[in-house]
Amino acid sequence: MAKQAVAADTRPWADPTAIPFIRIKNITKKFGDFTAVNNVSLDIYRSELFCLLGGSGCGKSTLLRMLAGFETPTSGTIEIDGQDMSNVAPYDRPTNMMFQSYALFPHMSVEKNVAYGLLRDGVAKEECAARVAEMLKLVKLGDFAKRKPHQLSGGQRQRVALARSLIKKPKLLLLDEPLGALDKKLREETQFELVKIQESLGVTFIVVTHDQEEAMTLSTRIGVMNAGEIVQVDEPRNVYEEPNSRFVADFVGSVNLFEGEVDAGAADKLRITAPNSGGDIIVDPVAGLKAKQKVWVAIRPEKIRLTRENPKGLANERQGVVEEVAYMGDISVYKVHLDNGAVIKVTEPNITYVDNPIKWDEHVWLSWSSSDGVVLTQ
Amino acid sequence: MSTAEAIPRIGLTARVLSKFGLNGRALVIAVPLLWLTVFFLIPFLVVAKISFSEAMIARPPYAPLWEYGENGEFIWNAQLGNYSYLWEDSLYVNSYLSSIKIAGISTIFALLVGYPMAYYIARAEEPKRTLLLLLVILPFWTSFLLRVYAWIGFLKSNGVINNILMSLGIINEPIVMLQTDFAVYLGIVYTYLPFMILPLYANLVKLDSSLLEASGDLGAKPATTFFLITLPLSMPGVIAGCMLVFIPAIGEFVIPSLLGGPDTLMIGKVLWNEFFSNRDWPVASAVAIAMLALLVIPIMVLRRAQGAENAHV
Repeated sequence: MAKQAVAADTRPWADPTAIPFIRIKNITKKFGDFTAVNNVSLDIYRSELFCLLGGSGCGKSTLLRMLAGFETPTSGTIEIDGQDMSNVAPYDRPTNMMFQSYALFPHMSVEKNVAYGLLRDGVAKEECAARVAEMLKLVKLGDFAKRKPHQLSGGQRQRVALARSLIKKPKLLLLDEPLGALDKKLREETQFELVKIQESLGVTFIVVTHDQEEAMTLSTRIGVMNAGEIVQVDEPRNVYEEPNSRFVADFVGSVNLFEGEVDAGAADKLRITAPNSGGDIIVDPVAGLKAKQKVWVAIRPEKIRLTRENPKGLANERQGVVEEVAYMGDISVYKVHLDNGAVIKVTEPNITYVDNPIKWDEHVWLSWSSSDGVVLTQ
Repeated sequence: MSTAEAIPRIGLTARVLSKFGLNGRALVIAVPLLWLTVFFLIPFLVVAKISFSEAMIARPPYAPLWEYGENGEFIWNAQLGNYSYLWEDSLYVNSYLSSIKIAGISTIFALLVGYPMAYYIARAEEPKRTLLLLLVILPFWTSFLLRVYAWIGFLKSNGVINNILMSLGIINEPIVMLQTDFAVYLGIVYTYLPFMILPLYANLVKLDSSLLEASGDLGAKPATTFFLITLPLSMPGVIAGCMLVFIPAIGEFVIPSLLGGPDTLMIGKVLWNEFFSNRDWPVASAVAIAMLALLVIPIMVLRRAQGAENAHV
């Protein structure tokens, strides 16, 4: 059997002729004076696993609730599969939602919870029972059909909620912090299970999460939201490696941010004067920058090399004293105090200095290449 | 450090009480227990005792339950005659049945009126919700008796309702409303409505709105959501509200006396007549005890059923 092409390989968003499955056009939602979602436009393609990532109160859940029909947009339109959703009630939408609290019906057994959606559609009893059994098998809850939700563990409840929202084979599944209530270990396991289920069913998923790691693991694309607006939409790798703003660089992963000014330097390299980084930062040339323009340079801690001797050969180097060491098992996080007072965060795999770990108050060299710094203009 | 310091400090009261085997916990339980014993259990036993006695013209108007004969022998006078009399005279059985009917129908109407009100209050936004709750409780600030009297003014033949309807030309003859069963139903529903609304509200306000959204999301129309999710989950509130209306309504005396007619049979009224007009204390006591038994048994059955259900939920 030929291996089915997974969503990530097809990348419809890279194809300008592809028709979006979900079209969100200029959606704004106001609660009184408060603008929860501000003029958001977004295209999502069939079979995508799209993550809306943002801090609490950024409007991601409101956007999701507007897709489900629980909130009415103040302005703008939502189209799902070419159909305008403006006047479609939640119970008539081709979407299903998995709630953050799971919202399982406490007075019904697992089986009845899962069957609920099918029965509302008038599916015959026998067919319904068969489909419920099949779905419970998919989420590995076959033995728990007769239990009530309160007799299940958090992870099991999460899977019941997933089964219930998938049973109607919705065109679009909306997941609100689907893994939020699970502990770390279970969350990691469930993440992969979720992706597997999504790929096997081919349903389009939109996941809301505040956990950037979860967004990275799950999604084909991430939409980073801040203060009601979408700040960046891209594949996880690009969001991490090429953030388009200080907010994204800082929100997704850990980062060292330095404010600086563009210096008209040599043609092949760009020099940024950034005094609070302990000197100039050399980066690869970026188009569209003017001399003296105010910019920020973002450098990921894992891109910086930490050595006892001057490594030589890299475009940027600094000297400093180790101020803090946090041992994380696989890596250690170091905070290095530079001579000018700046503090740079560096992570180094513990295997690098396994025999002779770098300790507090040691004098160290930091270095990174010109391709490691990302220049941000906003 | 001396050992005396290690002993936790106990107040004098606690030390004295502990000599009698009393601690704080026992005291806290003792107060309501004492209250219930003195004001509930003992009067109940007195009434139960009287119900087994024989009526006689005396003061108090019943024969002692036991006495000592001339030779000092013990004479046991207890008898079940009062209870068998309840069964033989159809008045009592009919009053019981009629009370159950009136209380039952009133409870259903109170539920039909109270549920939407409780639901609306529970779903209202905060400042409005408090105001609405206050309005529900507000009638309690006026005497119950006055409020029932006020209904007479509304319902009587030249009362407010009839006068308005006649002046509008809708009716020519006044509608007889006072001294009918209708007036009794109205009075009971009106009086006991807060007791229906409050437990329902307390239940509905806890209802997680995401359950309703989930139901809608899965394709249930609002009415379906109500009958499959809201109503089943609010059953404890429905039962509590119905109990709080049904139980006092069965024994209701004031409302049928003031608003009801001579045909309105209710056990509370019969009991009153037996006690004050007939001065037959033993039969009156038997009526009271029988009513209690009639109410306690279904309540206990219900509680058992609820307990069994709660074990699952």
